[in-house]
Order: sequence, then structure tokens, then C-alpha cells
Amino acid sequence: MPADPPAKSAPAATGPRKTPLHDVHQDLGANLVDFAGYLMPLRYRSETAEHQAVRTGAGLFDLSHMGEIFLSGPGAGDALDYALVGKLAAMPVGKARYTMICAPDGGVLDDLIVYRLADTTWMVVANAANADVVRDALAERAAGFEAAVDDRSASYALIALQGPRSQKILEGFTEAPLADLKYYAILAGRVADVDALVARTGYTGEDGFELFVDASDAVRLWKALEGVDGVVPAGLAARDSLRLEAGMPLYGNELTAETTPFEAGLGRVVKLDKPGDFVGRSALAAVAQTPPGRRLVGLVARGRRAPRKGYEVVTSGGAPCGIVTSGAPSPTLGEPIAMAYLDSGAGETGLAVDVRGRNEPVDVVALPFYKRS
Amino acid sequence: MIVSVPEQLRYSEEHEWVSGLDGDDGIVTIGITAHAADALGEIVYLELQPSEGDAVEAGEPCGEVESTKSVSDIYSPVSGEVTAVNSAVVDEPKVINDDPYGEGWIFKVRVSDEPGDLLDSVAYEKLIEEA
Repeated sequence: MPADPPAKSAPAATGPRKTPLHDVHQDLGANLVDFAGYLMPLRYRSETAEHQAVRTGAGLFDLSHMGEIFLSGPGAGDALDYALVGKLAAMPVGKARYTMICAPDGGVLDDLIVYRLADTTWMVVANAANADVVRDALAERAAGFEAAVDDRSASYALIALQGPRSQKILEGFTEAPLADLKYYAILAGRVADVDALVARTGYTGEDGFELFVDASDAVRLWKALEGVDGVVPAGLAARDSLRLEAGMPLYGNELTAETTPFEAGLGRVVKLDKPGDFVGRSALAAVAQTPPGRRLVGLVARGRRAPRKGYEVVTSGGAPCGIVTSGAPSPTLGEPIAMAYLDSGAGETGLAVDVRGRNEPVDVVALPFYKRS
Repeated sequence: MIVSVPEQLRYSEEHEWVSGLDGDDGIVTIGITAHAADALGEIVYLELQPSEGDAVEAGEPCGEVESTKSVSDIYSPVSGEVTAVNSAVVDEPKVINDDPYGEGWIFKVRVSDEPGDLLDSVAYEKLIEEA
């Protein structure tokens, strides 16, 4: 056996950081793994059951590894418009935007959700593995603006409640008007006697909420929500299969510093029409004018074997024509699914994926694989 | 996480277990350990290349096990002739996660050569602690 089961490591003094919910995960018997320098729950019991709970009821996630970087000051909006590819200065208070931070050559440094919390305050949520890169780039790019960059990742915990029952469940713990809170919006309120930023965002393809709270309040909030009948703690394995079904890109898989937003099919986040320059603008403007060299597609396997990250896509003649970026058996569809980059010029019929030396036929399908009804 | 490593079994470095080595009929039962099943995650697909009557060679890959997260080879820990394949786990591989040392057995082999480098439970526990 062996080869590539996910690496497991015990916590050590110099090892991965623990989230404020570490002891809770241990008590729940979580399988903990080092993910982006944090000891995170991969699964508690069955990742498939956790996945299904989010699709049909509610799942509870610890996402405290994510980075929370605040920009504030009269020039914060302009600083973000210069630093990121989206239009952030003009967004209304209480709204969220999915956007990206790119290198001068147009490569993606991270994908982000940016929340406007107040007139002169924005919160940038970065992937854990990139939080330091994003913070440093923001500090550097905001230098010429009247804006302060403050990395508060260590003082915040992030707990997500995701699934169709989320609103009903959360309403049991707050007076905040959740029914009026739209998708990609945020409000400040009290939840389970804890101050929280309540955002209607997520990474699962379901309705749901992300709750930003002080690290010292994390356990209290988690225990309140976990105590609700039917709320299932869910780990990173379920999070990954949920986002894959929802066709959402993962940094390190679909998005890398060698990928532009256009190749990933996310050119719409690049606002070339915004006033003023931004980092990556000239490179991205050029990319926008040329047909992309490769394109991200969805694959469904006809057999039972799952295409995995790094596997080659081949033509009916056996010639390599692309590479799989993410793949797994889909619990909702009951068949293996994958995302892959196809080379320009590659057709979309008669394709197969080289699964450990055997060509397994796949069909190209439109993303996402799953859309909530 | 503490996983079970039954004392009466023998283990390969590739995380298979073997039972029945001291039996009279020379037939052993083989599966994958709780540690391996746990590290793999939920097993969704199992393929065993040899079927009943085929020969297997110790240390040679003889199948694949695929979980929601990854895929790994199965190695035969002994040489001999396959006498049975557990079709129940081929149909429902998750049984391996639920009961790796019982219902989740994978195949049986009539051992032809004295098996060599198998580990006892203490040595195997040490192996997985160091991993």
C-alpha cells in the first residue's frame, strides 16, 4: 500500500500551528493533518457523510487557518483597486467580492474574498498558504496610499456553517436579520453571545455563512452550533469535494502563479475598465486580447477510476493534450469528476485520462458539476 | 489518533496484514491495516488483479485501492496461489474502513514459500509511529 496517502504528522513544538479549536477537534476524534502550516481536521468520521450533510442539512467547518488582512484609511479603497484585479473602492459597505491578486506578469498570487466592513475599512480573506504573500504584497502596493495594512489572521477564528439548513439553525442564535442578508454580503452582529462578522459566503456550492470571531470566542460559538441536532462537523476532505462539485477553483490546483485568471475561465474578475492602473494590468490586458493557450474544463469519467491532480489527459490517439488539476469521486453525482486544463486546439471528444498507465475514457462537461436548486 | 494493531497478526511494510500463518492448511488471509485505511480515507474502489487460482509473488503489486483522496497499490505480502477473493469488499470497498481486520479482508493465499520479512505487531506499531 503506501505511496501516497496524505501525510500525517504529530503536533510538535516547532510543528504546524494549532487553531483556537484544536482541542475541540481532538475531542471529536478528528484525523488532523498539516495543511498550509496549520494542524487541520481532514475528516472527523466519514468525509462522504460530511459532504452529504452539507448538501442536505448543515456542516460545520473550522477555517481559522485562513488569513484576515484589514485595509483601513481614506485611501484604502484606492489601494485595493491598485493592488487587486477587481473594483473594490466602489463596492457598497456590507458587500463581498470574489477577486484575485496578480503578479505584474498576470499570474495569480491568490484568489480572495474582499468584504467592505465600513466606509474606510475592508477585510481581505486570503488562503492560508498565501496569507503572508498577500499581506506583504498588499503592504508594498498600499505604500503610496493613505491606507494601513493590518494582518489580523492570528486574532481571528473563522467558523463556517454551510448547507440548506444553515439560516434556520443560525437564526436560533442571533437577532441579526439573516433572511435579508444576501449572498456575498456581510453584517456585524451577536451570535451565541459572541461578537461576530456574519458573511453569507462559502466554498461548498450551498447556502451558508462564514462567521469571523475573536479567537477567544471560537470554542463557545463552535459548541453552540455543534450542539444543534443534525449539525455535522466537517473537515477539509469534504470541503475539497464540495468545492470541486461546485466547480470552484483551488489555489495550488487550478490557480497558480503560472496561471492567468483568463485561462482559469475567470477573466470576468479582471476589471480592465476600472479607472487607474493596477498591478498586472498591462499583462492581463494583453492576455485578454489573445485566445487563451489552454482552458479549464470539467471532466466526468465513464468508469469508476478517478482522474487525479497531475494525471495526463490524452486524445483518442493517445497523445497528451492536457493535465488534470483536481479530481475525486463525486459523492453527489456518484461518478468520478475532475477539472483539467486542455491545451489550445485539443478537441473535446474521445478524450481519456491516463490513470496509472491505463487510459480511462472521460467526457468534457460544463462547469459546475453541481448547482444547488 | 490511535489505531488498532492486533497482536496475533503479521504485517508488511506496505501496510498489509496477514493472518493464519500458523494454520494447518497453509492458507493465509490478507487485508490492509487500520492505519492504512485511516490514512487513505474512505475507500471507494478496489481492484485485485489476480483471481482465484492465480499466483502472487511476495512484494509484488497485485491490485489498487482508491479512496476519496488518493490511490495506492496493494502488494501481496506472501507468495503462493490465490484461493479466494472477498467479492463483498470489491462490491462495497467501504467495508475495509469499517472493519479492516474482519469483514474487510481482501484475499486468501495458499502460501508456497516461507514468508520472509513480515513484522510482528510491536515492530509494525513502531513503523507507523515513525512514519
